Amino acid sequence: MLKLAFKRILMTVPVMFLVALLVFSLLYLAPGDPAVVFAGDQATPEQIEMTRQRMGLDQPFVQRFGTWLLNLAQGDLGTSLISNVPVAKLIGQRLEPTLSLTLLTLVWSALVAIPLAILAAWKRGSLIDRGVMLLGVAGFSIPIFVLAYILSYVFALELRWLPVQGYKPLSDGLWPWFRSLIMPAAALGAGYVALISRIGRTALVEIMQQDYIRTAKSKGANPRIVLFRHALKNAAVPISTVIGLGVGLLIGGAVVTETVFALPGVGRLTADAILRRDYPVIQGVVLLFSFSYMLINLAVDLLYPIFDPRIRY
Amino acid sequence: MSLLDVRNLQTHFRTRGGVNRAVEGVSFHVDAGETLAIVGESGCGKSVTSMSIMRLLPENAARSAGEILLNGRNLLDLSEAQMRDVRGNEIGMIFQEPMTSLNPVLTVGAQVKETVALHQSIPSADVHDRALRMLELVGIPDAARRMTEYPHQLSGGMRQRIMIALALVCQPKLLIADEPTTALDVTIQAQILELLRDIQREQGTSIILITHDLGVVAEATDRTVVMYAGRKIEEAPTATLLAAPRHPYTQGLLAAVPRLGGDGSGRLAEIPGQVPDMRKPMTGCAFANRCAQATDFCRAHAPALERKAPGHIAACHLAEPEILA
Ligand SMILES: Nc1ncnc2c1ncn2[C@@H]1O[C@H](COP(=O)(O)OP(=O)(O)OP(=O)(O)O)[C@@H](O)[C@H]1O
Ligand SMILES: [Mg+2]
Repeated sequence: MLKLAFKRILMTVPVMFLVALLVFSLLYLAPGDPAVVFAGDQATPEQIEMTRQRMGLDQPFVQRFGTWLLNLAQGDLGTSLISNVPVAKLIGQRLEPTLSLTLLTLVWSALVAIPLAILAAWKRGSLIDRGVMLLGVAGFSIPIFVLAYILSYVFALELRWLPVQGYKPLSDGLWPWFRSLIMPAAALGAGYVALISRIGRTALVEIMQQDYIRTAKSKGANPRIVLFRHALKNAAVPISTVIGLGVGLLIGGAVVTETVFALPGVGRLTADAILRRDYPVIQGVVLLFSFSYMLINLAVDLLYPIFDPRIRY
Repeated sequence: MSLLDVRNLQTHFRTRGGVNRAVEGVSFHVDAGETLAIVGESGCGKSVTSMSIMRLLPENAARSAGEILLNGRNLLDLSEAQMRDVRGNEIGMIFQEPMTSLNPVLTVGAQVKETVALHQSIPSADVHDRALRMLELVGIPDAARRMTEYPHQLSGGMRQRIMIALALVCQPKLLIADEPTTALDVTIQAQILELLRDIQREQGTSIILITHDLGVVAEATDRTVVMYAGRKIEEAPTATLLAAPRHPYTQGLLAAVPRLGGDGSGRLAEIPGQVPDMRKPMTGCAFANRCAQATDFCRAHAPALERKAPGHIAACHLAEPEILA
């Protein structure tokens, strides 16, 4: 079992390599020249050429990629073109707000979406079901920044219950930290909740048609037992899958959310780096995001056998 | 008094094409300790009849009409909570597909124990013992270990034994078996039928055996009800029915079977023609359009069920009653 799980983990290595290759070559395709950026606005063509050589940009692709990978393996993500600070350090400084935001969003979304899915599936075709469906459509279709502005208008500007912007680190205390994240997490989670509750409902409704549900009823089980004991456990695999895959949504959304609410996180770092064409930083954060996404989905995969005894690695 | 007495049962479905009269006035009874066969072509309403008795019909079914008397108590009058006490406790049910009828994520032990726990408030150690003894009774080797396994770790025949165990662990008086052996291969089929017979002898269970297989009917049942298009069209002791069927439909079914029993090839073969659309109003005999002997009278007047011989009834204008001495 452990050995097979280890094999499953090893299988992600080639994927990670491909991701690294993709991230690295993306910058080839993107417009703009890092040397121009680094040399500054007033640089002469000669200075730019010198910068290019110093940065190794004149070397062939494979060689550059190899060097980059080697450094990467030692934890060196390069240095920011703008601030001259190592990318790893930059990211490290910005990690707390982003981790706080995404984890908080993940937790509240799952806690809200799963009961919603259960309720909708249970009362299928009822007003509740349609309400959840409507909420889902709304959650999907309202862009994060629109929702964010509506929220801060109502709760920060009008009602003055919550701060408009900014982040309070955990070291300032749990409540200030939480307060600074309520609106960002709400805005970021809306689409995620919609996704999880929709998929969860569909999975449950399908499971409720299965023969073993009929068997449970024929034994005299009440609707609560049928739903929670017989149906829900079967829905654990699809629900945990969508939670894992939906993390992609959270990561993309974090960039927007952190920008709107001025949270000093990795998402903001990303947005700023893109605006300034700070290539090493862009590479670093994209790599970080991809790896986190893969690791989370790997973790979900490794959970499957707990939910469903038919799945073995 | 019969254990189960179904009187004029009607179950209709709302469908896009109109009301589907899946079961249209069916009556039969099951005596204590007896095995009743219900046979008929696919779609004639066998499963709908059994699910009506359990009151586990799909959402688009209208409330069944008629009476379903279990020990004199009309199941159609019970509340849903009272009905849950009947299911699994007074009536057990097993289905065709042992593969999909068991919950894949629960151990077989948990699934058998659940039936006990649902109907009896006894200590969990006793629940465990009851389940274990039941698994031994249905012939699961090494039952204590098997209890901790999941359905996918068992063979089809073993799974059907588990189904039987969870349906009968509370010793219900009636077992409804909807094609319990159809999905199994021949030798396993015979074993399962024998097991049902053994348990019946031991516990005095009555069985309704729904099947396509006239071989199974001949081998394992006392009395047979033949259904066609949502109606009962013939009923007789199984031996009589097989030896001297009175309804042309039953005769057609039997003629289509090359040889009864033994090799398990006793499946219902095709009778030419189309089953009538049960969403349309029907005049005359439902079988008339497929019956070689049908007359204009048959097409105009629906035949009533008549006694044709002792214990033998059929709904056919052409079947003359036996002259009794
Ligand atoms: N949910 C439903 N909605 C509408 N019609 C239904 C529904 N379930 C069953 N029926 C109809 O009821 C009729 C009887 O179906 P039933 O399943 O009882 O047949 P059966 O005799 O058990 O056939 P088989 O031998 O194939 O199992 C069929 O015409 C079927 O189309
Ligand atoms: Mg059927």
